[in-house]
Amino acid sequence: MTHNMTRWILLAVLAAPAAHAMEYHTVLPAQSTISFEFRQMGVPVKGGFKRFATQMAFDPAKPEAARAQVEIDLASIDAGSPEADAESAGRLWFNRSAYPKATFVSSQVRILGKNRYEMRGMLTVKGRSREIVVPVRYTPGKKTASFDGDFILKRLDFGIGEGMWADVSTVANEVQVKFRIAATGK
Amino acid sequence: MNNVVRYSSPAIVLHWLLALLIFAAFPLGLYMVDLPLSPDKLKLYSYHKWIGVTVLMLVAIRLSWRLTHTPPPLPASIPAWQRRASAIVHGLLYLLMIAIPLSGWLMSSAKGFPTVWFGVLPLPDLVDKNRELGDLLAGVHKALNFTLLALVILHVGAALKHHFIERQPFLQRMGWGKKERT
Repeated sequence: MTHNMTRWILLAVLAAPAAHAMEYHTVLPAQSTISFEFRQMGVPVKGGFKRFATQMAFDPAKPEAARAQVEIDLASIDAGSPEADAESAGRLWFNRSAYPKATFVSSQVRILGKNRYEMRGMLTVKGRSREIVVPVRYTPGKKTASFDGDFILKRLDFGIGEGMWADVSTVANEVQVKFRIAATGK
Repeated sequence: MNNVVRYSSPAIVLHWLLALLIFAAFPLGLYMVDLPLSPDKLKLYSYHKWIGVTVLMLVAIRLSWRLTHTPPPLPASIPAWQRRASAIVHGLLYLLMIAIPLSGWLMSSAKGFPTVWFGVLPLPDLVDKNRELGDLLAGVHKALNFTLLALVILHVGAALKHHFIERQPFLQRMGWGKKERT
């Protein structure tokens, strides 16, 4: 009798995560952000992108199978000032008429700890592709989960700011990129 | 004859140091605003802001010195209305030397570019980023500067007139020329 009971409890406990399992795949653009901060002449300047499309799939039960694909509309940039927004479109910066979008395509996910992951993937900006590794923190919610992270992007790796702008003593090479992707699922 | 009275040495040093910084920052500001965006423009903006913050700090020192030390009296020959005018102009010059860097600092914050003195010491942003406020403060900064320019012309003109036309030893008051005994 007691033996049977234990078995039932054990079964219920094991089944519980499965019952709550949920795959997040619908991104909520209004609650998702991509922002950045860089230094010019030692002065921190904040910016971001207002429009980007994200496709993702994340199952907390199988995090290593997660994948993400982000496409950023570079025309939606806020580079800190209207003058900088206009300048960033030019050939020396994003060369937006030739490369209107930046993309990230994930390839691999590593589990770092509880709700912490490392996502490896290919970032393509201005026709240059480089593998980057991005830390991601998963915050489960009632219906919506959020995926946050930040990393340092070296702008010169992608030719962002060539010619006179390659001088990193004026505009630093390191750009701190922060993101939050909010998603729902079922 | 040798009744020349000078301002105290700290007052004289602060006067000329501020004159030098203001005479550097003013044309720099006029020149840099219309430049197309470039690393040089960013550098000049930073230099201009660093000078402005330096002016603000020196003015604070100068004002506290001025308030605790009596300046040398004006020659008896100066008529009363000129004494009054002189007091008003000097008061306004002090006011502008504070208001101009302050308006520049606020404008910079409002435009979303904090001020980092010599690229090392960050100043707090006293207002949040707000484009309309930034544009408004840019106008205020400019208007105050042209007011300063007019007052400086008046100030220099008056000193030169007293010195060269009325032949009063006026420039010596600010340490110009030989140091003469009181």
